Formats: sequence, C-alpha cells, structure tokens
Amino acid sequence: MTEHETHEFDVVVIGAGGAGLRAAIEAADQGARTALVCKSLLGKAHTVMAEGGIAAAMGNVYPDDNWRVHFRDTMRGGKMLNSWRMAQLHAQEAPDRVFELEEWGALFDRTDDGRILQRDFGGHRFARLAHVGDRTGLEMIRTLQHRAVAKGIEVFMECTVMRLLTSEGRIAGAVAYWRESGRLIVFKAKAVVLATGGIGKAWKVTSNSWEYTGDGHALALWAGADLVDMEFVQFHPTGMVWPPSVRGILVTEGVRGDGGVLRNAEGRRFMFDYIPEMFRSETAETEDEADRWYDDRTSNRRTPDLLPRDEVARAINTEVKEGRGSPHGGVFLDIASRKPADYIQRRLPSMYHQFKELADVDITKEPMEVGPTCHYVMGGIRVDPDTQAATVPGLFAAGEAAGGMHGANRLGGNSLSDLLVFGLRAGRYAAEHAATVATQPAVDPEQVAAAEREALGPFERAGGGVNPYTVQQELQDCMQELVGIIRTEEELKRSLEQIAALKERAAGVGVEGHRQYNPGWHLALDLRSLLTVSECVALAALERRESRGGHTRDDYPKPDPELGKVKVVVSARDGEVSVRREPLDDMPENLQELFEEKPRT
Amino acid sequence: MTSYDVNLRLWRGDQAGGELRDYTVACEDGEVVLDAIHRVQATQAGDLAVRWNCKAGKCGSCSAEVNGRPRLLCMTRLNLYERGETITVTPLRTFPVIRDLVTDVSFNYEMAKRVPAFAPRPREADGTYRMAQQDIDRVQEFHKCIECFLCQDVCHVIRDHEENKPSFAGPRMFIRYAELEMHPLETGDRRELLSRQMGLGLCNITKCCTEVCPEHITITDNAIIPLKERVADARYDPITWLGSKLRRRDRPER
Repeated sequence: MTEHETHEFDVVVIGAGGAGLRAAIEAADQGARTALVCKSLLGKAHTVMAEGGIAAAMGNVYPDDNWRVHFRDTMRGGKMLNSWRMAQLHAQEAPDRVFELEEWGALFDRTDDGRILQRDFGGHRFARLAHVGDRTGLEMIRTLQHRAVAKGIEVFMECTVMRLLTSEGRIAGAVAYWRESGRLIVFKAKAVVLATGGIGKAWKVTSNSWEYTGDGHALALWAGADLVDMEFVQFHPTGMVWPPSVRGILVTEGVRGDGGVLRNAEGRRFMFDYIPEMFRSETAETEDEADRWYDDRTSNRRTPDLLPRDEVARAINTEVKEGRGSPHGGVFLDIASRKPADYIQRRLPSMYHQFKELADVDITKEPMEVGPTCHYVMGGIRVDPDTQAATVPGLFAAGEAAGGMHGANRLGGNSLSDLLVFGLRAGRYAAEHAATVATQPAVDPEQVAAAEREALGPFERAGGGVNPYTVQQELQDCMQELVGIIRTEEELKRSLEQIAALKERAAGVGVEGHRQYNPGWHLALDLRSLLTVSECVALAALERRESRGGHTRDDYPKPDPELGKVKVVVSARDGEVSVRREPLDDMPENLQELFEEKPRT
Repeated sequence: MTSYDVNLRLWRGDQAGGELRDYTVACEDGEVVLDAIHRVQATQAGDLAVRWNCKAGKCGSCSAEVNGRPRLLCMTRLNLYERGETITVTPLRTFPVIRDLVTDVSFNYEMAKRVPAFAPRPREADGTYRMAQQDIDRVQEFHKCIECFLCQDVCHVIRDHEENKPSFAGPRMFIRYAELEMHPLETGDRRELLSRQMGLGLCNITKCCTEVCPEHITITDNAIIPLKERVADARYDPITWLGSKLRRRDRPER
C-alpha cells in the first residue's frame, strides 16, 4: 500500500460552516485534540449565505416571548413530526448561543435601548430573529472563524473527505484528499462529527452552492448509520427567477418580515387564498388587518405572507401553474410600494445590491420576481437528541446534515440557531466520547486502499469515460422534474429507475488531466454522494403516502393521521438502500399541553 | 432569450508556467463571466480550475482579474463588455498560482492568525451588553468584508513586492484591526503591533483597495486613515508619551 500523509486526532470535525465551527470550538474547549476539515477555504461555507437571522426567544422586542412559544412554533411548523426533544433543547438554548456570539465579537443590529434587535419571520409568533441587516450568516461565520483561529484549532482547508473508516463497527477515522494536490490524507480519530450541510445540488434550481452534495449524509449511510426524514426537502418560496444565471439564488424571507408582500400578475395578494386550517385562527383574513399587524400585534393577526415556507412555496407553485405568474415564471414580491427607499436599503442592503447588480432591478422602485428554489433538507443523519450521536459508535452529526430537529418543514431562522445549539452539543459529546476511548481504533489498510482505488478510477477511464458534468446535469433534471415540490408515485418510481441508470453511468466516468486542483475529478467523486442521497430522498418520498410539510404527493393530497405518528428511516447494507417506518418518540404531557391552548392571536 | 458567442481568453497553467488559451462558448442575456467559465468547464475543459461557492457575491471565493482588473467572477456581467470583445481572465497576480485561475491565498490566513483575539469588557449587571446602533454602524461596515482578497491583490505594497509580505498585513487585515479597535466592547490595544509589525506605515493611501472592494467598504478613509491617526496619537503625542512614562499605562484613555 502507498504511504499516505496521516494525522491523529481525538475529534475530527468535517465541515466548517456554523455547526462544524461551533462543534470544533467546543471540542477544543473540552480539551480534545481537534481538527476541522473543509472542502472550501475557511469562511466560505454555506452559512455565509444565510441572510435573515438567528431565531432565539430572547424577548427583546416582545417580552411575552419565551422558549415554550418558540418550541410550539417550531413543532407546528414541522407538522409535529420533529424530534420533540431536539426542538425543546433548541428553543431553550438558542438565546445563550446568541449571547455567546456577541461575547466573541458579533455585532447584531440594536433596539433603541441598546439590546439585540429581533425581526419577524414566517411561522414565528413573535419577532424573534437576531440579525445583522440581511447578512447574518456572514457575521456568524466570521465570528466563529475568528474564535476558532484564536483557539489555534488545526484547519485542513480545501480537503474533501471521501470515506469514513470503521473498526469493528466503531469510527476509526476518515480518508480525504487535498483538492490542491490530489494527494490522499488519512485521519485517525476516536470521534468524527459530520457537519457537512445539505444536498441541494441534486436539484437544478437551488440556492445551494457546489459544496452541497450530501457528503455527510452519504458518508454516514455508507458507514452503517441511519438517516431519517429524507422525504422532507424545503423549497424556499422566494428564489430569484431571472436572469437565468441567478435562477434559484435566495431572496431572504426578511423582505416579507420587513413589510414586503407577494402578488400575482393581477396584482392580487394571493396568499389570503391559501390559509390552511391549522393556521386560520391566527392569520389575518383581510389586507387591512394584515397591514395593521406590523405595528399592533395584540388586536390584529399576522399576514399570510409569513405562513411557514412550505405553505408559501406551494401557493406560488399553484399561482404560476394556473397562469397568474410573472413574465419569467414566478410571482411578484413587492416592498417598493410599501416602504421608503432608505428603509429598504438599510434593512436589506445585500438584496438591494444583488438585484441591482445581477438583474438590473432596483428593489426600492420595482417589485422583484421570485419563485421556489431548493433550499434545505430537513432529513439527515439520525442522532440522539441530547448528544447528537449517530447510530454508529464514535459518529456524531450536527446542523443540516443531522435529521429530526425540523420535522416536515423548517422555520426560517431556526437553521442558524440549530447550527449553534447542536454544533456545541455534538462537539461536547464527541470530545466526551473520545475521552472514553482508551486506544485509537486501528485503521484497516484495506479500507484505505479501497478508497484510493475508488478515487483514482476516473483517471483510468480518461479519454473514453462518461463526462461527470453531464451525469450531474441529468441527475439535476431528474430530481427537479420527478422529485420536486409536487410528487406522485409514478414519477417517484421513474426517478428511481433513472437514478439507477445514472449510477451505472457514474461508475464509468472518466476525467482529463491530472490530480492537481481538477474540478472535473472532484465532481466525479462528488457524484457518489449526490446519487446516494437522491436515491434516499426518492425512496423515502415513495414510502410516505401523504402530504405533509416539505413533502407533497399529488396522489395523496392530505395528511394521514397514522403517518403523522411515524418517521421514515433509511439505512443501507452492502450498497442496498432500504426504508422502514418507526414510531415517533412520545412527547411528555407538560409539553403536549402547549398545543392544547388556543392562542388568542 | 438571445444566445450569442463569447470569446474567452483564460490563463491555463501552474507554478511551472502557463499560457493564455482561447475558448468560445454560447452565452445568454444576463449571464456573468463565471457562467461562461463553467460552460467551458462542462463542455471543453473539464479540468479547468476555478474557485467559487455562492455565485451571489456573498462568499468572496471567485476572485480573479478580468481584463486586468481585480473582480468577482460571479458579479461581473458579460454585458459589461462589447459583443465580440475578447474577455481575458487571469489569476490574482499578488498570490502564487496553484493552477489555472486558482491561487494560493494562504498569506491572508497566516496574517489572520497573528491578529490578537477580541477581548471584551464584562457584561452589564443584567447579563446583557448594551450598545447604541450609532456606535456600531461604523464597525458593521467593516464586518461586511467577504474576504475576497481583491484589496490585497491590488495593493501595490505587496502586488509587485514579495519582500514586503512578511511585514505588511494589507488592507483586508487593516479592516480587521480597525473593527477590533473601534468595537465598543473591546479592551485591547493593537496600535504598537500595527505600526511595528503589520506595516501600517507602508500604506500611502492611494485608495486602490477602496476602489476594487465589491462590498463598497471605504477601506482607506474609514479604516486605514483612522488607524494611522490612532497610532500617531499613541506614539507622537508628547503628553500621552509623558503620561505613559509617569503612570506606566500602555494605553491612554480616550
């Protein structure tokens, strides 16, 4: 076997977005020898793109807010399919995680009395999102990045993990390659934290970057861990639709939180036509009431523009399908006619910049055109709610890569808080686990050699192999067409046939050139995880014969109360992926009571 | 939708050397230079190296030089150039090339390690920090930095002077120092470090950095010049100097 560069750590964190950085900081604080491994340069991870804010019931704007209300909003937004314990921990601990960022140098926008200002977002009963204009993610990742650098955590940048190593059913480390040189690198580790983010690059219209290829989901599955809730994919209602090159790029929900409204081609505020039963009692029925709500919460109900994302995305989809869309196949998002120009520029500077530079649209003067874009996967690695431990000993997961927290649909703002709360927990318990492992589990040379053969395969087929870019495009077309917002059994079955065929073609990809910084080769290797997670999503979607949250079946258009009691679990054995149903955890009575009271507004 | 041909001249090569190569790809209205490069990658040169992430001007990964000007490839619209004009894309000149359009920007990460960490004062009695929005406005401007390193690339102190690099932090890092210096909660003092080791004095305020900043941060006027003034205050004000000798303070009250 070839000699490879080898490093030994207690905890290896894979992914350096919000969750990975928070996990690494905590693991290092616990005294673990910690490494942080990421595919891009430090500070470029997807968290940097988050716009709206961090949801945390600090009660700075509305003193009535507390963790119970946040918990209740989160569960209802997730259509009660969330892991109740994760939702509880998240709501309880988010404020402390925000205060901690402030102590590390983050500067959130302020209230008049100098505290952290909080903004309105969909599905949150109170204004709850700590934010910095519309670039909250940048503030968060930079703050964590500086903290991690100051702590001296060893960072392996532009380094892609391609396999986890196991020994007698436990985690023993990981095999990765340097993107710059193409050389392999072996990490020996007592614990691994997967914080690799999502899977959005499997779709054609997405707000996600090239990195979002489901690496963590696939690494966990291949190592024997379970995934949950993979049928639930969030299509954010407002992505850019024009020009084509920016199709899918996110338009923050903050536009609506700050007063923007959705209109169809007839100028009608169509969201009033799509208020679901579950939210009827607390949603305004007239435009007048909705407009009064921004200033007076006690005697008015909230605007339907701020219903949870799944509801809004489906409504936009229907408007476009029925011919009431905008010229480029979206709907209009209008803040220009409702707020003064200087307010818009101050509250939404990067949206102003983005539309001005990329679409020649001045959002202080004209409406934006928006439509649904693949944004987030609720499903992920199945974890213990308290410790974030996956079902393989020594493996932990946090952030978007982990499942359960958001159930069938995630509320805006709950992602950044999720990264912090469970990033810390994963780091802490990974360090704790590592401390209980007396000797580093042995690395099996055959596993490393197999990873190396897998990595170098595409070069052996140079000249005659399949183009990896073509396979990715075809997969994106397949997922967009057949596993999109609205699904049917027939289409899902067809998607599985196509994915199987694409898997065979992917086995024959060939790449040109050499191993030094070769994007074609990198993509060829990413295809393995992209295809794996696509199959998981399609299989889980086929299994859930109902419509709920981020999963809508045209052939089963209503929620099924029986399916409201189960989660769909995905696992793999010898490359064969299978799904099964398992009952949800029972919620304790004192929490159940929170759902019995009828809210006044 | 109109489709038209775009002529690109891309630098291909590595540390051993390289050359400009011509490519022609079909592009559509509204597209940016990065779209054209991705199309070259997908159809003509699968191994063409380019760094990118968000494709929305938020992450600062896709920095390069377009017709000699430092830019984000994802925010450079093709209609900025005449139809038929050849668009030349080369890697950032200030940093060593790794391959094609990708450079080794580790200089910036090494300089970041040398920044002493944020050191806040204690919380208020009620457990919060109170800060007025107007007191943080100027620091929030610096926090907009996306670390694209275009300001570092264009800065003539290091652009053609490799020898200055070890002792010059560069505009990006000066913003970082300024945000710490001006942070309402900060208790540390980095002025000695800035003048003695970070080369603040080498900047002769030509404002090239401000000009290329895609986030429109007023780097020179709002960060570098105020830092220079503070350093001058600390070092050359005779009363401050005397006070520091008599009372052995490192930092005068402000």
